Amino acid sequence: MSYLKANKKNYAEKVKDMSEKLWSQRQSAQWKKNVGLAEMLKGGVIMDVVNAEQAIIAEKAGAAAVMALERVPADIRKDGGVARMSDPKMIREIQEAVSIPVMAKARIGHFVEAKILEALEIDFIDESEVLTPADDQYHIYKHDFQVPFVCGCRNLGEALRRIGEGAAMIRTKGEAGTGDVIEAVRHMRTLKDGIRKIQNMPNEQLMTEARDLGAPYELLLEIKETGKLPVPNFSAGGVATPADAALMMQLGAESVFVGSGIFKSDDPEKRAKAIVEAVTYYNDYKKLAEISEDLGAPMVGINCDHLIDNEKFAGRGW
Amino acid sequence: MDDLAIGVLTLQGGFDKHMEALKKLGVNPVKVREARELDAIDGLIIPGGESTTIIRLLKNFGIYDRLREKIENGLPVFGTCAGMILLSKGIDSHPGQETLDLMDFRVSRNDYGRQIDSFDATLKIEGLGDEPVPAVFIRAPRITEIGSSLEVLSLYDGSPVLVRQGTMLAASFHPELTEDLRVHNLFLSMIVQ
Repeated sequence: MSYLKANKKNYAEKVKDMSEKLWSQRQSAQWKKNVGLAEMLKGGVIMDVVNAEQAIIAEKAGAAAVMALERVPADIRKDGGVARMSDPKMIREIQEAVSIPVMAKARIGHFVEAKILEALEIDFIDESEVLTPADDQYHIYKHDFQVPFVCGCRNLGEALRRIGEGAAMIRTKGEAGTGDVIEAVRHMRTLKDGIRKIQNMPNEQLMTEARDLGAPYELLLEIKETGKLPVPNFSAGGVATPADAALMMQLGAESVFVGSGIFKSDDPEKRAKAIVEAVTYYNDYKKLAEISEDLGAPMVGINCDHLIDNEKFAGRGW
Repeated sequence: MDDLAIGVLTLQGGFDKHMEALKKLGVNPVKVREARELDAIDGLIIPGGESTTIIRLLKNFGIYDRLREKIENGLPVFGTCAGMILLSKGIDSHPGQETLDLMDFRVSRNDYGRQIDSFDATLKIEGLGDEPVPAVFIRAPRITEIGSSLEVLSLYDGSPVLVRQGTMLAASFHPELTEDLRVHNLFLSMIVQ
């Protein structure tokens, strides 16, 4: 009898423990390890590079990681056509050239491109709206991979759908290849508003909110408890100056991606260093003034208001 | 312990999780981003992250010399992963990359492989009891050579992964990414002594 009783109690305790534990604590060791790498990239800058030479410049300037791709978003925008995963040869050359993590992009929903990137032992896969989507309904099931994924979002619902699919890092999308920070700001503010709303919601409203957001209910429970996403939250799409980077950090980004902003500027090396420093000292205005001095011209950029809807990358992904 | 001020170097990297770990142990963490902030702390954690980024920022913002001097004069320090690389004498895999050159060992960066090779393990750690300690290794450095003044507190796969020299402690893994806080506790006990 005592055996049964003890067992029953253990079972009840186990169930209680399980329901009390947060979603993120119940995830696989694999996922946690991958979120761990995202933690290590905080306070850093991830720079787009198109060859080994640029990757070395980025590493020397203090980049925390590089994103290997064939064309920066500004050129993808200019050239048009279908943008796909980069040539593995070019990715390998970049992996050999630097010691910092190397990321690469796969098309939304293109799990074969992602598997190829995994076979190349890439450190992080960006399932990216900057490339032409391969699937108009479904994103990649990211729990099936050993290597981590970062995905873009414009709001809380999109962020939580990607995390539910297994993303280990989220980046607000912004509008890549424009050098205009307005969309990055809009998406970060929208995401943060979404989180604040959940925090202040009574429990009985969470299920309906989950339905309206199209987001997993359990992730809403976690956000109500912790007040933040269960994975690091970075900013992308439109950062061109140290001040832009500092702005995004102050709005709640934990790190920034800089795409065209560095190698489309007059003096990439100087600008890369300056943006790295601005991400660390984002709330020290004296330092930011020094950092911003004499950097040469930033990328020319495109005003986001002048883009028609089907020219915007941010609308890709569901 | 609540009157201890433990600094966490917040230039770049996994500083958030160290701050959380310290809070769970009842210690108030202090962010350190400036040389002068080193004067107001009883101990310092150098987190994981990218060692190339952190060393550049230490040098460019005039923290490097002050930090070395403080630690040489007895400021207790705990480096994890990139933090361990910074405390080492030198880097075999990247001989041109500078370190703080404070502890008597050499390392090789990313020696266990890329992210796909990152792994979990349980470690037997001297002084932390029989219960194994969970450890997460992420693109971890490997200690390749140790001097005689170094105490090896734990070995994994034949290499030292937790080492101590006086009031300096270095781990090639990330205790801050687990729920087990015994390694942080060990560092705090080194400060209290």
